[in-house]
Amino acid sequence: MTTFLADGREIAAKPGETILLALRREGIHVPTLCHMDGLAPSGACRLCVVEVEGTGNLVTACSCPVSEGLKIRTRTPRVLEARRTIVELLLSNHPDDCLYCPRGGKCELQHLAMDLGVRQRLYRGAKSKRELDVSSPSILRDPSKCILCGRCVRMCEEYQTVSAVDFIARGSRAFVGTAFNAGLNLSSCINCGQCILVCPTGALSERSSLDAVVAALADPTKLVIAQHAPAVSVSLAEEVGLKPGTDVDGKMVAALRRVGFDRVFDTSFAADLTIMEEASELVHRVTTGGVLPMMTSCSPGWIKFVEQFYPEFIPNLSTCKSPQQMMGAIIKSFFAQRENIEPGNIVSVSIMPCTAKKFECARPEMQPNHVPDVDYVLTTRELGQLLRMFGVNLAALEAEAADTPFGERTTAGKIFGASGGVMEAAVRTAYYLITGQEMGDLKIQPLRGMKGIKELRTTIGTLDVGAAVASGLGNARQLLDQLRAGRKDLQFIEIMTCPGGCINGGGQPIGADLESVRARMQALYKIDRDEPRRVSHANPWITRLYDEFLGKPLGEKSHHLLHTHYHKREVPL
Amino acid sequence: MVEPDIEPILARHPGAGRETLIPILQEIQTAHGYLSKDVIMRVGKHLNLPTSKIYGVATFYNQFRFTRPGKYHVQVCRGTACHVKGSLSVLEAVVKELKISPGQTTRDGLFSLEVVACMGACGLSPVVNINGEFYAKVTPRKCTRILQDCRHQEHANAGC
Repeated sequence: MTTFLADGREIAAKPGETILLALRREGIHVPTLCHMDGLAPSGACRLCVVEVEGTGNLVTACSCPVSEGLKIRTRTPRVLEARRTIVELLLSNHPDDCLYCPRGGKCELQHLAMDLGVRQRLYRGAKSKRELDVSSPSILRDPSKCILCGRCVRMCEEYQTVSAVDFIARGSRAFVGTAFNAGLNLSSCINCGQCILVCPTGALSERSSLDAVVAALADPTKLVIAQHAPAVSVSLAEEVGLKPGTDVDGKMVAALRRVGFDRVFDTSFAADLTIMEEASELVHRVTTGGVLPMMTSCSPGWIKFVEQFYPEFIPNLSTCKSPQQMMGAIIKSFFAQRENIEPGNIVSVSIMPCTAKKFECARPEMQPNHVPDVDYVLTTRELGQLLRMFGVNLAALEAEAADTPFGERTTAGKIFGASGGVMEAAVRTAYYLITGQEMGDLKIQPLRGMKGIKELRTTIGTLDVGAAVASGLGNARQLLDQLRAGRKDLQFIEIMTCPGGCINGGGQPIGADLESVRARMQALYKIDRDEPRRVSHANPWITRLYDEFLGKPLGEKSHHLLHTHYHKREVPL
Repeated sequence: MVEPDIEPILARHPGAGRETLIPILQEIQTAHGYLSKDVIMRVGKHLNLPTSKIYGVATFYNQFRFTRPGKYHVQVCRGTACHVKGSLSVLEAVVKELKISPGQTTRDGLFSLEVVACMGACGLSPVVNINGEFYAKVTPRKCTRILQDCRHQEHANAGC
């Protein structure tokens, strides 16, 4: 332990720790803009400056390691003045349109200006004007609101290893943009939206579909159907000011009905359906010598990542559509037939923790005969806004059950929302398909938790199974590179694009820290612990769906409705 | 248009890492006059660097161009001495005459325009450099005439 003095108070720090981390642990808040937990300090924004006795210049707390006997001061007039000046300079090149900004109220720059007491415009001059990039179906970029903190660039490069954006040009002309300054839709962007989560301002936000959904809800000729993803019910609470990790499933169903949705279905039902198809596909591949390891296909960011960076692994991707798209497909086929409604009169809206789902539902593969399986995707954040716009108080509502026939789920479908959940659910059902018996203990501990890569070696019947789970595409890349180098002991791989899985998706509430994400994950596993029906094949409505409509897993109807194929994609990598 | 062949240049840097990026870009620009999209992507593959990163580095430095240079590459100096001697109005005259902005090439491929910081010829300011030839103490009118002469020259050549 190293001890140092901060504002006269003795503080213990781990050797090599930065001043910033030591101070934060002690409850001393030092403002930052460029700092990212878990990544090397960049020291670019200089907001975290402190005074260090014996040095003339102010020192950045984020990059300076603690040394024994160090004496620092964090709140002298000089420090506060320096921080305020930095914010004032940033504001001098920032649009004054907070009232119209999608990030208004949640903007870190706005908070800093308030916290540091910026009350007047000290610097005036020309502001750099840049055009809005509306080219992506998922992400809206407003570079004139960018303060060049570099967090999106680092998230994209260091966590996701995509590098769709980088700093372009120099000095006062510098901006964050794509290769050749093209639209995001032409770049290698995989639409994961992690950049939105780390952006301190309104420079990055989702492409909103709220207007279209509000219009559909008001159209009496349309049957408007909502489906909600497993990870939304455990994160929506934060949008309405409740504690992270609160499950609001039933209240959310009630709220969606109040908003005007004619039917509310649970995407976790489609996750159960995905498991039936995907576990069958896995068993089929293993027994017939198909391409292995099979890789999950639920996460649309990951799919685009493979199409661009690792096209040789496209045959490894499960042909299963994602739960969102499966649900969309059976709504516009089985459900439409059953209710005797023209599919064209159904507006299918999915509530997702994800921005890439917006891209996915617009993929040509997902619109058989030009009828999209899913019409609009709203993120968790957009749903929060919809509820506020319509004056629906989630907290005050009584819980309601989702509609038949696609409202009932097992907990196997629910844990899809966390990294490792798809694998756990699939192993449970694959075990049943292979041995004809249920697993003794359904909880598979090695697949749980926030670790980037998790592995499982197990025996199902006489079959040795090697499984790996990765979340965050940097971790996925590691696994793929191992496969490229000849690793042969894996049969099944689950990849989720976002670190930790959908619970930390790019459409989730802004400002969540690691603890909130953990709380969301625990909420999912609590549901799995507490509810009785924990395997997808035990979902009675899944059985009925197969009996009445689909036939059997991997059957002809499934093949047409629930499966697809992907193709190599040419973009500047 | 045919893409420049940069394979011989890349072959001179086998197994190169990111520290070789700028020398490679310089060699390509010296040989071919500019960096095309395909060239940047090819360099990225060679060095295992994302295209966005290479584009970011290349746009950081003024020396790199992204459009094919014209037959007449016009460099207008905007260094301090030239500025004092009125290079801004020279630049404006060139922009007006060629109808392109700095960094662009005319549609007929005849002229390209580049603004440079200082060519080390302050004694001749304001100075314009066309294809390596210096034109000293230019005025907007003089400069316009030089450009028009180049164009006439081309038309005359095309005529015979």
